[in-house]
Amino acid sequence: MKRVDQRAWLFLIPALVVLSLNAFIPLMTVVNYSVQDILPGLGAVWVGFDNFENVLRDPSFRGALTRQLGFSALILLIQVPLGILVALGMPKKGWPATAALVTIGLPLLIPWNVVGIIWRVFTRSDIGIVPFLFDRFGYVYNIANSPADAYWTVVMMDVWHWTPLIALLAYSGLNAIPDAFYQAARIDGATRWRTFWVVTLPRLRNVLTIGILLRFMDSFRIYIEISLLTGGGPGRTTAFVSDLLVNRAVGGFEFGYAAALSLIYFFIIIVISYLFFLVLTNVGTSSQMQGGDA
Amino acid sequence: MARIELSGVSHRYGNDEWAIRDVNVVWEDGVASALLGPSGSGKTTVLDIISGLLRPTEGRVLVDGRDVTGLNARERNVAQVFQFPVMYETLNVFDNLAFPLRNQRMPEAEVRQRVEATAELMGLTDLLRRNAHRLGAAEQQRVSLARGIVRKDISAVLLDEPLTVIDPQAKWHLRRQLKALHERTGITMIYVTHDQHEALTFADQVTVMNLGAVVQTGTPTELHERPRRPFIGYFIGSPGMNLLEAEVGEDGVRVGPLTVAYEPGVAKRLAGEEALQLGIRPEYVEASSRPLEGGTEAMVEDVDTTGHSLIVHARMGEAPLKVTMDEAATVASGDSLWIRFPAEHVNLYAAGERIEVNA
Repeated sequence: MKRVDQRAWLFLIPALVVLSLNAFIPLMTVVNYSVQDILPGLGAVWVGFDNFENVLRDPSFRGALTRQLGFSALILLIQVPLGILVALGMPKKGWPATAALVTIGLPLLIPWNVVGIIWRVFTRSDIGIVPFLFDRFGYVYNIANSPADAYWTVVMMDVWHWTPLIALLAYSGLNAIPDAFYQAARIDGATRWRTFWVVTLPRLRNVLTIGILLRFMDSFRIYIEISLLTGGGPGRTTAFVSDLLVNRAVGGFEFGYAAALSLIYFFIIIVISYLFFLVLTNVGTSSQMQGGDA
Repeated sequence: MARIELSGVSHRYGNDEWAIRDVNVVWEDGVASALLGPSGSGKTTVLDIISGLLRPTEGRVLVDGRDVTGLNARERNVAQVFQFPVMYETLNVFDNLAFPLRNQRMPEAEVRQRVEATAELMGLTDLLRRNAHRLGAAEQQRVSLARGIVRKDISAVLLDEPLTVIDPQAKWHLRRQLKALHERTGITMIYVTHDQHEALTFADQVTVMNLGAVVQTGTPTELHERPRRPFIGYFIGSPGMNLLEAEVGEDGVRVGPLTVAYEPGVAKRLAGEEALQLGIRPEYVEASSRPLEGGTEAMVEDVDTTGHSLIVHARMGEAPLKVTMDEAATVASGDSLWIRFPAEHVNLYAAGERIEVNA
C-alpha cells in the first residue's frame, strides 16, 4: 500500500501563522464580542444576535449608512470620469509625461491625517484660503455651521486626494491600447466620440474595475480626514459609518454593538464590491449585447 | 477599385532619419501585390501613407490619377487589416461589420444588406451574432478584413502582415481565402510581409524594400531569376543566391578556376566594371560526381536535407558555395564534386547593381 506523505502540511504552517495573526484571530475576536453584551468590569453575557438586531433597527445606523452610500456614489461619479479626462489630457512621452505623472501623483503620497489637517487649515474662517476666495465672490463660507459647505468640502477633499489614483490607472490603461485600434477606427470613419466609446472605454475596463473597487472600498471606510476636518458635523451631515462605529466603541463602550456593526459594515463592503466586480467584468458581454439568439 | 501610385514619396517621423526615401511604385487596378522586406525596411510606413494614416513628408499619392495626398484616412476609402486583429470588443460581429457603414450614416436597411452580403462572401454568416472578442485570432482577422471590404467603392485592401498571430493551419486556409477573395472581387490588394514564401505565393507583383527604399518591383519569377541587387537574391529563395567574387577574362567571366563563357562582346562591355560579382542560385548550379566539361572541382563540407532535396555546402577554392541536389544523389562531406555554372542562370553585379548581359 502506498504511504501518503503528510509532511507537506508542515509547509503550510508559516502561512497559517501569518493568516491567523493578521486575519483570523482579530476577526474571531470581533465575532466573539458581537454575540455578547460586554459590561466593562462586570464581565460578558451571551446575547445571541441581539446586537445585530439592535444595529439594524438603529436609526442612527440607517442614517449613517444612507449618507455613506450617497457619499461613495457621489465621489465615484465625480472621480471616475474626471480621472479618465485627466488621463486623456496627460502628455504621452518625454519629460512632460514624467512631470505630469509626478505632479498628478503627489496627493496620493500624502498621509490621510495630513490631508485632514491641510484641509482644516484651508477652510479655517480666520486664515483659510477657501473662505477668503468665497468671500471675494460674495459668499460667506462656513464649514462649522453650513451643512452644505461642510459636505461639499469633504467631497472636494476626497476628489483632490483620490482622483489621481483613477487618473494614473487610466493613464497606464490608455498607454496599453495598441495604435492599430485607433488607426482602424480612423479608417472606419469613426468620430472621436465614437472612438472613445468603442475603443478607449472598453479597453480601460480592467484598470477601471480595479480603480472603482479600490475607490469604493476606501471611500466606504473613510474616517481620519473627516474626523480631523469636520468631526462629522455640523450635526451629522458628514458622519459616516466609521464615525458611528468609533463613537459607539470608544465613546460609549458599547463593544457588542460596535462589533456587530463592524461585521455588518464588513459584509456590506464585500457584497457591494463583489457586485461591482460582476457588473464591470461582464459589461458588454451579456446575452442582450449579443443581439438575441442566432 | 483603383490604380494606386506613389510618386517621389519620402517620410520621416518627427526629426528622425528618413523612414522611407523617394519611393516610386505603381499598383495597377486589380493587382494582387506584395510588399516584401525585412523588419524596419519601411513597409508599414508605405502602407500607412497609402491608407492616409500618415501624411508623407514629401511626394504625392495618386488614386486613379487623382492626388489624394491631402485627404485623411476616412476620406480615402481604403481598407487596412493590421498585424493584430482589431475588434470593437463590445460589439458583436454584425455590429463590427456595420460600424464603418453606420459611421457614414448609411440607412439601416442598406447596412443590413451589405453586412449580410459581405459576411456571406467571407464565410462569416454563422458568426454574425457572436461576440467579437470571443472569436479566435483567425476568425477575428477575417472579421477585420470583412469590415474593411464592407464599404462601397473600396479602392484597395491593404494587409499589414495579417497572418502573424494566426497558427500555421489556419494561416494556410486564410491565405487561400484571401486569394479567392481577390479572384472573385478583383480588388486591388497590397500585402505587406517579411516572409518571402507568403509574398511569392500570394502576389502577381512583388515590391521588395530594404532600408527605406524600393529595391525592385516585379513578378515572383523576375525576382527569383533576375534579382536586381544581391540583397534580393539573398533575401528571396531558400537557401539564398550564391554570391562570388568574379573577374573579367578573355572568353567570359572567371570565378576562381571556373569560367562562365560569354560571347566576346560581353567581356569587352564588362571590362571597365569594378567590384564584379557573380550570383547563381543553388538550384541552378550543375553538380556531378563525374568530371564536367568546362567545370571545376569543389570540396563538399556538409550536407543538409530538406526532405525532398539536399543542400550541399561546398567550397570552391576559398569561396563557399551552396548547391541544391536531388535527394537521390549520394554525396557526403569530404567528397569532391564537379561544378558548372550555366550562363543563362548567372546574374552579374557590378558595384551591387545587376548588369544585363544575357539579352
